[in-house]
Amino acid sequence: MNWFKKKKHPPFWKLYIECFKEKQNTDLNQIRFVVFDTETTGLDTKKDRILSIGTIAVIGNIIKVEDSFECYLNQELFNPETVKIHGLLKEKSSSKIEEKEAIIQFLAHIKNAVLVAHHANFDVAMINQSLKRLNLPKLKNKVIDTGYLFKKTKLDTSKNHFSLDYLLERFKIPQHDRHTASGDAYITGILLLKLLNILRKQNSDLTLNQLIQNNNRRGLL
Amino acid sequence: MNTIAERIYDFLKNFPPFSMLSKEQLLSICKSIHVHYLEKDNDLFITGNSIKNEFYVVKDGAIGLFEEKTNSLVDKCDEGDIFGLRALMRKDNYKLSATAIEESIVYSISSELFEEYITTNSEASNYLLSSFVSNTRYIESDTSKVEKENEKILDFFEEQSADYSKNPIHCSEETSIKAAALIMTNKRVGSIIITEHKKPIGIITDKDLRTKIATGLISIEKPVSAIMSFPVITYPENITVAEAQIAMMKHKITHLCITKDGTPNTELTGLLSEHDIIVIRDNNASILVKEIKRTTSFIELQNIRQRAEKILKRYLNQQIPIIFITKILSSINDSITNHIIELSLKEMPTLPPTSFSWLAIGSQGREEQLLLTDQDNALVFENVSKEDYKNTQQYFLNLSEKINKGLEIVGFELCPADMMASNPKWCLSISEWKKQFKSWIKTPDQDNLMLCTIFFDFEFVYGDKKLVKKLSKSIFKAIDAHEIFLNFLGINALKNPPPLSFFRQFLVERDGEHKDQFDIKARAMMPLVDAARLLILSKGIDIPKNTITRYEKLAELEPQNGDIYIACIKAFKNLLRYRTEQGIMHKDSGRFIDLNTLNKANRLELKSCFKAVKEVQDLIQTRFKLSHFL
Repeated sequence: MNWFKKKKHPPFWKLYIECFKEKQNTDLNQIRFVVFDTETTGLDTKKDRILSIGTIAVIGNIIKVEDSFECYLNQELFNPETVKIHGLLKEKSSSKIEEKEAIIQFLAHIKNAVLVAHHANFDVAMINQSLKRLNLPKLKNKVIDTGYLFKKTKLDTSKNHFSLDYLLERFKIPQHDRHTASGDAYITGILLLKLLNILRKQNSDLTLNQLIQNNNRRGLL
Repeated sequence: MNTIAERIYDFLKNFPPFSMLSKEQLLSICKSIHVHYLEKDNDLFITGNSIKNEFYVVKDGAIGLFEEKTNSLVDKCDEGDIFGLRALMRKDNYKLSATAIEESIVYSISSELFEEYITTNSEASNYLLSSFVSNTRYIESDTSKVEKENEKILDFFEEQSADYSKNPIHCSEETSIKAAALIMTNKRVGSIIITEHKKPIGIITDKDLRTKIATGLISIEKPVSAIMSFPVITYPENITVAEAQIAMMKHKITHLCITKDGTPNTELTGLLSEHDIIVIRDNNASILVKEIKRTTSFIELQNIRQRAEKILKRYLNQQIPIIFITKILSSINDSITNHIIELSLKEMPTLPPTSFSWLAIGSQGREEQLLLTDQDNALVFENVSKEDYKNTQQYFLNLSEKINKGLEIVGFELCPADMMASNPKWCLSISEWKKQFKSWIKTPDQDNLMLCTIFFDFEFVYGDKKLVKKLSKSIFKAIDAHEIFLNFLGINALKNPPPLSFFRQFLVERDGEHKDQFDIKARAMMPLVDAARLLILSKGIDIPKNTITRYEKLAELEPQNGDIYIACIKAFKNLLRYRTEQGIMHKDSGRFIDLNTLNKANRLELKSCFKAVKEVQDLIQTRFKLSHFL
């Protein structure tokens, strides 16, 4: 049955899977990180929907603006409560695309990059839910959570959960375009550079695997 | 839809040269920007590194450019400053190191993007070219004096029309490569132009012979058309050096053909090579000076002064270093004054009864007057016997009146405070002047200190230089005998502290004609001028009164405070430029700034100017132990 299932997958998914066949680069200075953020109708990964995705790539300590992606999605579900946060209205507009199209473009953009997000589990779960609705498996990419990276620095051990706002304040990162997917991705990108710098100083042999959170410690949404 | 690029656009659009691009152009640059994060002490590049294919803009923080040998800070770049322009000039290695002084975020822009948008925009490329020139100026300045002089000329030359070689060596398309090489060798030139009916169609340079012939790729019996570069880049005869440099940069070539109408369709009249640019040494302003000497009336001089004003505007637009602009304008003003004095002397019924010297005072004495303003001058004549004094003074008063009137016709208005040589108070014999200075130094009350700040900055313009030397000597002697005078001058220099809360709360004039305007002269320039005068007087050295010259001397004498003095020089240059631009814009002295005309870049510039004022004032307060006076 396995071969049958595989065959069912659309070409865009196959292209995405292809990217993982090559051996991945593990040199932190050469890895392509894609920092991303989603704006959603709410925090329930099962019920809520993605309204916008924004990404930006980081390679070798440099944020590459030309390697970025931004889209807005048409969704039937609408939650007036979260409009105050992201400012995205339900209104259909020509610049919005359907969820499937957004996923196609997103996968084509991220390829086999290491994904980075603040409290990444949530954003990854949102994307995985979209994939599930398209009858597709989960994302294959390695994922880094900037919230986890900060905890790893042990600069502040008072809490278990640090909000993006708290970290921006702490690292004096200007909050432009906060709560737009692209704006948050960019800000998280700067945060990633700062955190990597600190971690490298603490451990000169830092490896990719040390940055990835152990799976069984999930559940901090 | 490109939130990030638009955010970067919002930032860059406030700073030159990006402010000179169209929105579409700048947005496409923003879409390809790379963002670098640097922790304090991280390097972006180091001296000797091969250049990267990009240049940089500081977004947040501060990047220091360091000279490796001495590890001295050459320049500090903060928000909106550009650096690393060497990449664009295709130099091989970085001459300086760029290190984060604070935690910083820096944007980098690739050279290709630059070429696409910026080199085709002459305003933006002129700006970058002069930034490059002024960035590199510091580097070699610690070498010998002679080299410094040369460099100043080189720095300035970009404005002049380029002096190309006429009658360039040329040959026809059918000429063999060997024959062409023989012509080049005989004429000792590095290039030959291939022409058809006198129109240039191609060019061969030494490099072509090296890469295409010496390598054995093409036989030397073949015609020159086999290896020539074509089409040639042509320009009209009036091309300026700046334009030529940009053209060479843009097309990555070393030779430009000059034709009758600037297109390849007319007769070849000259060849301009990179080498020609380097050897050019003359300038436009010298032509004006020559013309001044030929004039016979004040009205003609007025016309020349108006032309000087045009040169001034052009120089400012081209972002030519302000120090060169001041030098040129001062030399023009000097020549005009000299000529007016000569014309006035001819009008006098008799020759002067004794030797005399005409002095410029105040800002004119410091050669810091770019715009046409009030005239400030004085006259000193040789001592005469008591019985002759009255008549002698009368003669010079009459002469001064003619000179003052002449200057007025040319465009220098009469001084409303009557600080002119036609005033009997300021037309004195050398002994009387010495007495006058001594009395000011002995009783430094408010009025006398004010007069000191004007009359101490005197500079010889015409006549007997010895008189001026004697006067300077006696002033230093008088100050030596009354050291407390310097403390009073110190207090006077601190009476205008910099407005440190400049951005939150503007210090503007409370009432009167200039209500709600900012007095750039009193609040920013005079404190720097006063500080320089005081510090130089305390050293007891007689050097030109120019504020920048004074700070340069101070930096040389006190290397431990070099940073402060260099900051003062930079601040003063910026302020002088800014005031002159404002003056031209509003057709006034430029002294009062309308706050609405300040853009973000201007504000940043002013901010760093005030930092320099603060630093030098702190130094004065400590050195002259003024805290208990204040």
